[in-house]
Amino acid sequence: MSKSWTRKDLLGLRDLSREEIELILKTAESFKEVSTRPIKKVPTLRGRTVVNFFFEPSTRTRASFEIAERRLSADTISFSSSGSSMEKGETLLDTMKNIEALKADLIVMRHSASGAPHRLSRSISAGIINAGDGTNEHPTQALLDMFTIKEKKGRIEGLRVVYIGDILHSRVARSNIWGLLELGAHVTVCGPKTLLPIEVDKLGVRVTTKVEEAIEGADAITLLRIQLERQKEPFFPSVREYASTFGITRERLKVAKKDVIIMHPGPINRGVEIADDVVNGPFSVILDQVTNGIAVRMAVLYLLSQVRG
Amino acid sequence: MSEKKILDGEGIERASIRIIHEILERNGGTAGLVIIGMRTRGAVLARRFADQIREIEKQDIPVGALDITLYRDDLTEIGPQPLVRGTEIPFDINQKKIILVDDVLFTGRTVRCALDALVDYGRPACIQLAVLVDRGHRELPIKADYVGKNIPTAVGEEVIVSLTETDGAEEVIVKRKDA
Repeated sequence: MSKSWTRKDLLGLRDLSREEIELILKTAESFKEVSTRPIKKVPTLRGRTVVNFFFEPSTRTRASFEIAERRLSADTISFSSSGSSMEKGETLLDTMKNIEALKADLIVMRHSASGAPHRLSRSISAGIINAGDGTNEHPTQALLDMFTIKEKKGRIEGLRVVYIGDILHSRVARSNIWGLLELGAHVTVCGPKTLLPIEVDKLGVRVTTKVEEAIEGADAITLLRIQLERQKEPFFPSVREYASTFGITRERLKVAKKDVIIMHPGPINRGVEIADDVVNGPFSVILDQVTNGIAVRMAVLYLLSQVRG
Repeated sequence: MSEKKILDGEGIERASIRIIHEILERNGGTAGLVIIGMRTRGAVLARRFADQIREIEKQDIPVGALDITLYRDDLTEIGPQPLVRGTEIPFDINQKKIILVDDVLFTGRTVRCALDALVDYGRPACIQLAVLVDRGHRELPIKADYVGKNIPTAVGEEVIVSLTETDGAEEVIVKRKDA
């Protein structure tokens, strides 16, 4: 395994090698322990400044990053686009140049436009962590998903991992597909045909519109929320019909592996993509994902913090 | 470059056994004692010390491993970050007598990091330092309580400890640059 990290930014999993992904996951294992201590803090990033810029609503990811930064003793400040000068007509690049002039070492950003962090990373010397760009990638979410799978299953290679729901708008699915395929998992995507990207099969994943077919023999299943906010036109007749066709119930899980794990990047819509008794049931690792998110983000912040472009 | 072997396998074993007897003597047995080794080779030595104490005293004592990477004050100076290998202290250290173990004591900066790290886990009754080799050149006011061997060295020289578990060999050598 490669022992050092050389990238200034974490923009996505598409470009990462197996060694790089494994280094992040391995580093995260050590950071998980920090959050179990009576004093949940290490001085590693003391004196470093991390700016969290969320141009799109986020509670989970933002809180997770802020906690990760504080547990590493970094100084942090968070902005959201509402209430910032973006509303007064400043361009994204100008806003970011100003942030850089404040001498930020790392910028965590979420933006509704796919590719926004990639564009900025070329003109800004601070390290950029993509916390979700449009429908493109959400690398730290995928890394925490992979961390959780590895923690529960002991490995990733050879496992059958399934994504059900709105694949079309899901940056979580996209990042996971790149990462999981690189690590040797078998990935299946499932959803209404209107919510499956065109030529998704060309990525090397199995595609099906039949939920029973997707679940059969699965080791890990991730349910994706129907992102109504990204849907300008209807993609399926009704939420009720979606729930009865694709919603995951105990009954439907019977054909999965006996030790299947159920994951969800949140926020969950109980009774739509996932039934109540599945959320609360023994297969659910949804809250483990949240806890693991802190360790994975600490690992990413740590690895990036020493590399300057 | 020339190399000089300072300790062989037997030498390391004799030094370790003496350290253990000193620890037991000074602390009056194993009551309240825990051993924490600094990764990587200090943790190996700590594990061995605990095994040897079990043979002598017929008592199990808790052993932990400490990774000080996250406490280093030179992370910005050493280029790519070192791999974080994780701390495993699966017991409460409050009011315990901690024997902190490392292979080589040099500037004292690593020990300083370890002390910072340990107090984040609780408030031990005391911390005593045991090292296999003390090579001098301290940059901080830190002194070992138990020393396997004092080795006078020049700053530019390198002290290399090899242990079977991590390196497949058992020896301490000093590498010096020829004039």
